[in-house]
Amino acid sequence: MTPLLKVEDLAKFYGKRVGCAGVSFDLYPGEVMGIVGESGSGKSTLLNCLAGHLAPDTGAVWFDTRAEGLRDTITMNEPERRMLGRTDWAFVHQHARDGLRMNVSAGGNVGERLMAVGARHYGDIRMAAADWLGRVEIHEDRIDDRPTAFSGGMQQRLQIARNLVTGPRLVFMDEPTGGLDVSVQARLLDLLRGLVREMNLSAIIVTHDLAVVRLLADRLMVMKDGHVVETGLTDQVLDDPQHPYSQLLVSSVLQV
Amino acid sequence: MISVENVSKSFTLHHQGSAVIPVMENARLKVEPGECIGLTGSSGAGKSTLMRMLYGNYLAASGTILIGDTDVAQANPRQILELRRNTLGYVSQFLRVVPRVPTIDVVAEPLLRTGTPPEAARHQVEMLLTKLRISRTLWHLSPTTFSGGEQQRINIARGFAYAFPALLLDEPTASLDASNRETVLELIEDAKDRGAAIVGIFHDEAARERVCDRQIDVAEFAPVSAS
Repeated sequence: MTPLLKVEDLAKFYGKRVGCAGVSFDLYPGEVMGIVGESGSGKSTLLNCLAGHLAPDTGAVWFDTRAEGLRDTITMNEPERRMLGRTDWAFVHQHARDGLRMNVSAGGNVGERLMAVGARHYGDIRMAAADWLGRVEIHEDRIDDRPTAFSGGMQQRLQIARNLVTGPRLVFMDEPTGGLDVSVQARLLDLLRGLVREMNLSAIIVTHDLAVVRLLADRLMVMKDGHVVETGLTDQVLDDPQHPYSQLLVSSVLQV
Repeated sequence: MISVENVSKSFTLHHQGSAVIPVMENARLKVEPGECIGLTGSSGAGKSTLMRMLYGNYLAASGTILIGDTDVAQANPRQILELRRNTLGYVSQFLRVVPRVPTIDVVAEPLLRTGTPPEAARHQVEMLLTKLRISRTLWHLSPTTFSGGEQQRINIARGFAYAFPALLLDEPTASLDASNRETVLELIEDAKDRGAAIVGIFHDEAARERVCDRQIDVAEFAPVSAS
């Protein structure tokens, strides 16, 4: 089986400071990988390099494109990369407002991504939007409301609908449950898990919430100071951490 | 089906003076299809540690842990996930699930993951929940609020929903009443009859005598340096 994403020796420096360095891994279809580490550990830098939002200084990010197989998305030209960003890739931001257009209706937010890949029939677009709002448990009668009228949890679910409507194969998530209260988090986690299974999605989730990765991620990568210090099966890294930093991270979690 | 050889384990506590605690040396066992092995030994002897290594939850420091033809001690995460999806089931003492997910979906998950059609999965789950005397009124509620015994039975239902060829059972009868205990023991016997290889920890001596073909005292695997 070909990996969906193959990362080789990726590095990004901010002047002399290390953003992230020496990162290599493979991600296969249907796999969910979590990246954990404290603030400043380089996990968001890494995610942004992978998703083409930041240009890494060295390394390669191979993506298994539908048309031509593995392509290095770093050396790909900008229009091609943008096309991936609209079709096979999705990016769920921590703050929903970064991933939504706040002055466009909920239906419009979902429909816009479809139009970006060529959908033109208004009726079809509206139907697809309504279907996706339903899947993320937003009632259809809110389709013409703007996201400003939504709660934080609803905005986050709308962002997910907008991202998934084009049937992507790889989803990047930056603290997807970050600003949400716990009851909403649980519902979102369940939703994401279901979508991952039904659509055979692969996902890379950056978070500092170890409970979230335990429930969502198959594999885990622990980062510190821009470097990957430990990788492995999620429950193995959490229950039998080997690196001093992973041990500190796991033992610092407050028990509820 | 399950073959363990030369397995050792130690924990290094980097933040507690880098203490190295050896917990197991030269562990070995073999389980054939249709056989059930009981792990015995006092609390802290390493029964759960061994089980967790079999499941890939703890890393073995050395040795081989063959489950089918996968060596858990060497396998990469992807191979272990594959093994857990199709071959190796685990019934733990604790229920760990996404909050607010209905019981029926929690139990159906292992079936859906292996590609069982939703209708068939649902049917199988309803049968198991009925057998384990989980009241129908609870099926659509999240098990996180259930009593200890109920949660344990949900765990058991999850572990037995799919016919895993190898099963690890960590005190499956611990907090159950007599009739539910009987049901669980029957489930174990049925699993043996269909050829499952089982490793279990049973504090309930009568249960152990009844379902286990052999017993292994993990004290045999205590590290020389620690004893």
